[in-house]
Amino acid sequence: MTNSELNRLKDKAFQIFGIFCTFIGLVVLAIFLIDIVMEGAKRLDWDFLTSLPSRRASQAGIKTAWVGTLWILVLTTLIALPLGVAAGVYLEEYGKKGRWANFLEINIANLAGVPSIIYGLLGLEIFVRQMKLGSSLLAGALTLSLLILPIIIVTTREAIKAVPRSIRDGSYALGASKWQTVWNQVLPASFGSILTGIILALSRAVGETAPLIVIGALAYVPFTPSSPLDEFTVLPIQIFNWTSRPQEAFLTNAAAAIIVLLLLTFLLNGIAVYLRNRQQRKVKW
Amino acid sequence: MLKFKLTNLNAAAILVGTTMLFSACGGNQENAGGSDLSGNVQVDGSSTVYPVTEAVAEEYRAEAPNVRVTVGVSGSGSGFKKLVRGDVDVANASRSIHDDEAKAAEQNGLSYVELTVAYDGLTVVVHPENDWVKEITVEELKKIWEPAAQGKITRWNQIRPEWPDQELHLYGPGVESGTYDYFTEAIVGEARASRGDFTASEDDNVLVQGVSTDKYALGFFGLAYYEENKSKLKAVAVDDGDDSNGKGAIVASLETVKDGSYAPLSRPLFIYVQSKAVERPEVVDFVNFYLDAAGELAQEIGYIPLPDNLYDEQRQKFEQFVSGKGAASAKQ
Repeated sequence: MTNSELNRLKDKAFQIFGIFCTFIGLVVLAIFLIDIVMEGAKRLDWDFLTSLPSRRASQAGIKTAWVGTLWILVLTTLIALPLGVAAGVYLEEYGKKGRWANFLEINIANLAGVPSIIYGLLGLEIFVRQMKLGSSLLAGALTLSLLILPIIIVTTREAIKAVPRSIRDGSYALGASKWQTVWNQVLPASFGSILTGIILALSRAVGETAPLIVIGALAYVPFTPSSPLDEFTVLPIQIFNWTSRPQEAFLTNAAAAIIVLLLLTFLLNGIAVYLRNRQQRKVKW
Repeated sequence: MLKFKLTNLNAAAILVGTTMLFSACGGNQENAGGSDLSGNVQVDGSSTVYPVTEAVAEEYRAEAPNVRVTVGVSGSGSGFKKLVRGDVDVANASRSIHDDEAKAAEQNGLSYVELTVAYDGLTVVVHPENDWVKEITVEELKKIWEPAAQGKITRWNQIRPEWPDQELHLYGPGVESGTYDYFTEAIVGEARASRGDFTASEDDNVLVQGVSTDKYALGFFGLAYYEENKSKLKAVAVDDGDDSNGKGAIVASLETVKDGSYAPLSRPLFIYVQSKAVERPEVVDFVNFYLDAAGELAQEIGYIPLPDNLYDEQRQKFEQFVSGKGAASAKQ
């Protein structure tokens, strides 16, 4: 066998290995999805979406849970988006590179790896107790904002880094100030990637249970929240609660609620993809 | 200017004082037909007791539609922590309050009352194909679970020589749960003292899964989880060596838990109510409703109701607590 034949063989082998690896992930995902849909689809109807929690599995619904999740989602976006993007812009465009910047960078990267329950404990002390927000939607959204800030900052920085130097230089050459350059050139050019990062971060926030249980989010709430200071429950908590019940019927409920949560996440990701594509078409250099 | 402020303050103090007096009066009027009550009742704590409280809260919605009852599941320990700070009105608990928690309540100037609302039986289970274990003594359970057994008691025949020479696989609730607390206290003699080398999960369904797929498994969890999975599990009768409360080994069931013969693994489930909360009529009304409804609802959920006369006792205890708020009689 000649050398080139051997190399081609290795090439082929690696290709097959790659396909195999991709497949494992997909198969596992497919098994999960099929299992959940088979279990939960029969339970999913309008009543399920509009009923209050109940001890009878067949009458229980997720109204307060999905409304709570939606509230959390909107509030978290409003808090985390400006903070995270501004911090990313500062670190990348304004901050001086040096030992201090390195220190900050390492810390932010590390924060992204801190277990979510730690953020819950932090939120409990600062937002629930010190700031006296109680176990409210606002306290929950602030806690989740802390959780996803590092992700948003890191993706913002990466997105800004990807904007070519020449764009900035061109802007400066035309007499634009730093702020004008960032606002009119850098941010629009990188907005698609930033948005993707934010929406992926929000998808993570939507699925979090532990930090919200720690700050005191509830399991049984017979009313939908009407202000950010109201108490709340969210879908993951309802799911978690149902999966730990002994009765089979509650497991079916949990599966149905998981489908709703999955659809919500898919919807978010879909919006991310759509916005990114639209943005990329708009940016022409 | 200063004078004006002072008078203002006085007026406010009088107003607050009167309101408290009025609400205190309201608190003593029981069975006043709760429908016109409004306000919030906040409950948090044990996830074991949660289903009972959820059911009661759901029924109470029809009774007093303007009272908003919320229930959390942060665990017995966390529920007590919130109760003694006055953050919640009622705590669900699957164990009694610890001394340090009681001390914290005292420091915050709160007293509380412990009310038993239902029983749960901790069922000892094995795989259905396990044909050698029919009954087990408390002594043997202790030998298996005590801290000294770690790494030593690893085979079935170490417990009884006639049992097979096979590895013993243990399953139990996580160490944070009240279930674990109660089991260790009843079997080992000291709460939260046990061996560490067993498969632990906070989710009892995971334990059911574990024991039902492992022929050499032994585990324990709440009776409701056994009742729902009877076909996949085998319950082991437990002998406490005391014939005065039922002779020989006894299997957990609705009857044996209710009449107290399934000892020592029947445990009470509690709610705790704090003294500040019972100044509000909606809390008093809710707790009274709870004690009226708990028996029937507990059974529906898979727990065991108390005998009727014990519910009466709980009602009296609560009434005394409400009328003698903050009195030293709080603990018992």
